[in-house]
Amino acid sequence: MVVNTIHWFRKGLRLHDNAALRDSIRGSDSLRCIYILDPWFAGSSNVGINRWRFLLQCLEDLDASLRKLNSRLFVIRGQPTDVFPRLFKEWQINRLSYEHDSEPFGKERDAAIQKLASEAGVSSWIIELNGGQPPLTYKRFQALINHMEAVELPAETITAEVIKTCVTPISDDHDDKYGVPSLEELGFETEGLTTAVWPGGETEALMRLERHLERKAWVANFERPRMNANSLLASPTGLSPYLRFGCLSCRLFYFKLTDLYKKVKKNSTPPLSLYGQLLWREFFYTTATNNPCFDKMDGNPVCVQIPWDRNPEALAKWARAGQLRQEGWIHHLARHAVACFLTRGDLWISWEEGMKVFEELLLDADWSVNAGSWMWLSCSSFFQQFFHCYCPVGFGRRTDPNGDYIRRYLPILRAYPAKYIYDPWNAPEDIQKAAKCIIGLHYPKPMVNHAEASRINIERMKQIYQQLSCYRGLGLLATVPVNPNNGTNGSSQVPVGSVEDTSVQDVPPRAERTQSTQKRRHEDALNEGSSKSWRQSK
Amino acid sequence: MVLCYVYVNVPFNFRMKRMKRIDENSNDSTSVNPPEPFKRIRPEDSEGPHAHCVSDDYPVCDWARLPQELLLHIFQYLPLLDRAYASQVCRGWNQAFHMPELWRCFEFELNQPASSYLKATHPDLIKQIIKRHSNHLQYVSFKVDSSTESAEAACDILSQLVNCSLKTLGLISTARPSFMEVPKSHFISALTVVFVNSKSLSSLKIDDTPVDDPSLKVLVANNSDTLKLLKMSSCPHVSPAGILCVADQCHGLRELALNYHLLSDELLLALSSEKHVHLEHLRIDVVSENPGQHFHTIKKSSWDAMVRHSPKFNLVMYFFLYEEEFSPFFNEEIPVTHLYFGRSVSKEVLGRVGLHCPRLVELVVCANGLRPLDEELIRIAKHCTQLSAIGLGECEVSCSAFVEFVKMCGRRLSQLSIMEEVLIPDHKYSLDEIHWEVSKHLGRVWFPDMMPTW
Repeated sequence: MVVNTIHWFRKGLRLHDNAALRDSIRGSDSLRCIYILDPWFAGSSNVGINRWRFLLQCLEDLDASLRKLNSRLFVIRGQPTDVFPRLFKEWQINRLSYEHDSEPFGKERDAAIQKLASEAGVSSWIIELNGGQPPLTYKRFQALINHMEAVELPAETITAEVIKTCVTPISDDHDDKYGVPSLEELGFETEGLTTAVWPGGETEALMRLERHLERKAWVANFERPRMNANSLLASPTGLSPYLRFGCLSCRLFYFKLTDLYKKVKKNSTPPLSLYGQLLWREFFYTTATNNPCFDKMDGNPVCVQIPWDRNPEALAKWARAGQLRQEGWIHHLARHAVACFLTRGDLWISWEEGMKVFEELLLDADWSVNAGSWMWLSCSSFFQQFFHCYCPVGFGRRTDPNGDYIRRYLPILRAYPAKYIYDPWNAPEDIQKAAKCIIGLHYPKPMVNHAEASRINIERMKQIYQQLSCYRGLGLLATVPVNPNNGTNGSSQVPVGSVEDTSVQDVPPRAERTQSTQKRRHEDALNEGSSKSWRQSK
Repeated sequence: MVLCYVYVNVPFNFRMKRMKRIDENSNDSTSVNPPEPFKRIRPEDSEGPHAHCVSDDYPVCDWARLPQELLLHIFQYLPLLDRAYASQVCRGWNQAFHMPELWRCFEFELNQPASSYLKATHPDLIKQIIKRHSNHLQYVSFKVDSSTESAEAACDILSQLVNCSLKTLGLISTARPSFMEVPKSHFISALTVVFVNSKSLSSLKIDDTPVDDPSLKVLVANNSDTLKLLKMSSCPHVSPAGILCVADQCHGLRELALNYHLLSDELLLALSSEKHVHLEHLRIDVVSENPGQHFHTIKKSSWDAMVRHSPKFNLVMYFFLYEEEFSPFFNEEIPVTHLYFGRSVSKEVLGRVGLHCPRLVELVVCANGLRPLDEELIRIAKHCTQLSAIGLGECEVSCSAFVEFVKMCGRRLSQLSIMEEVLIPDHKYSLDEIHWEVSKHLGRVWFPDMMPTW
């Protein structure tokens, strides 16, 4: 029987360590690698131009690599549920492969496609990981990882040897029908667009990986680099967007890092902290996979219900961020600072709003990691101390005393002396005039008085967390609950009394304390191991 | 709806009496007037003690005839919405819903969709409460969002609580302090309605409101015997004289929260007078309005008087100052127990804290800078022998000094919240080794706090 295969690229935009692709080639007579592009997405969705450009560059790169193997990438415009029945028929497809997407939206979409496929007599080849309940704290997650079986080696890269006799029928009009579109074709205005600081694609990703590892080994033997002004600028060895789009395989990164560490440190076991970046991704993916409400506060069992303020004006001002908008990336400590400022630190605006801005502008923001990080940074998750509040002025001063970062991304303030560059509104009038930037005229006055705002907000946070019984008492610090449903109240009628100390409290009739009707989740019911299963359905 | 199986073990004649009483009540003139949003689920039962028996051997289990005490007990477990649905089932349950015991506590949630994501208490329910239950209310709080309308709505409700004898009143702004936007006179008149009518206020929470000295006088005139707790941080219209009046008259005051500008030697002495009960908590917010603000000092003798009078009292201080504004503080011994630095604080000040805060129980530092706090921490471990909780944000400490600190404090450190970036590896310890060392000295597994690395 002739086997005609489609491999559907979504996230794993690479030919190295692509187990689904490699395995589906075996025994195939023909192979077509496709990417489905929803044209409506470009105009209407919350995805900015930098992300689109990155994606298109990834697709170009894939196409170029496939060309070297006498194949091509087929970019199909439309929606998967419309596209697939047509392709199955036209190309006589009987095998469909793709890499499992664990995010809730992805799982839903794939379930629909699988159904379509089986109705058309097409077998689906998917690799997936089985897991139980997700761990709710990063520390617990780390503890679990320590007990898990070793990570599997990356799958071999797709080369001519792997492809062997499998062919890709390419028509003369391939470029017209299935070529990678340009930004203009998708309706973007490209005039004035600066060169990409982060060029997309697997080739670039692999090159950066090598440079990243070189730098790591060279810089003080894997010690944590100290934060300085340069850290805030985009690094030529940064990898996060490539991990997100799948141009770089996490597994490959993991193994290369491990090998290098062992070489430099003479075979000692690498600590978990070495893989921090990878582990955080995994952690958020794991937590989010069964929770379609993960990116919202309402109806999200792992999110604290905080009475955020609705303030579109302040939000618009906050979103003006320079580097983020221009380049699509900011250093993760800068992210912490801006996220804190928007939410619990100063503006008291919902983390969902900040998440949407990052989703639009950030190259490496994917659904799980973005939502999870925002919840974390706004102290909406159950595993975070909320006292730690970034002071925007102080943070800048400590990290970059000369203000180079500000001068670069906010050129209007360029002429301010270092003393006032972080709080130009406090500069005397003559300094403002000399810098040719009057606050209130050329540059807006600060949105909030930080001292006042942080005072109010820490109080608000404390009030909310006091509903969780472990935070009763005078202190700001408390044992963070492991079980998010411990002592949470729904819409209860809690008396005021002394919320600081129950002994002074006027204890109202016991009856008024309502019980939580939320389900209890048990972390210990977690699967201790994680097994990989090779699923094939007919 | 939650339906529980209830085995009613009451003597038959008592049951008959209960049913009769229900019947009488059901002929009451007070009509069942359900709040708008709650639809009727089933038509009400008709009168008459009809028994709904399955068999004569089993006791009657007619849900409509459950004794009121039992209904009350069950209803107390239900959240308000479920209770409201239950109240629509039949007259008996409706009456139980309106029993005074269920209306002692209420939290009015006042939000506008334009300024909040959360739902508000339904206006019809509010009307019902004012109409039928205002004299049952004892523990009341108002949660308002950042819109002025919500705060004004709260004031309107307050003005109508004339029949109330409140024990607890809390005005809580959940976002920006919207009570400050309400015209002062409107706010004051609403508040004084409660002060005058309650006469037995025990707990009062009015932070971030435009309360003033005259209204505090009214509070004192009517509630001096009962007032135990007063929280009024950030009430800019109150003067030190105003709060002194409260301390002088309300001898049962055990908890007080205010801003530093209201603190005076006289106030501390008044709180330490013979007539005054032991103070339990004093919370002080030290907030800078403008950089370079000047703060007055409190005499050590005043603090000493406090400690003598109330040896176990907790002094909670929150500092939101610019670095250069700390000069009046920590130059002499101060009995602070819980200390929070909400902004950057210098090494020097932390050094002084180590020397002058022997009663320190919890220390939280948001930010310090890029010079290690090694000596300062060691000094704190040495002199602050009661320290059991510490939190460090943007600071730096060398790993060796940190281990030394933990060793000196030992197991009394029940809370150790250190951001991972704070710890600087040195020749003795790397980051991974440190978590073992610290866990060893603490007697439990410990990790630093982490922030996601993208």
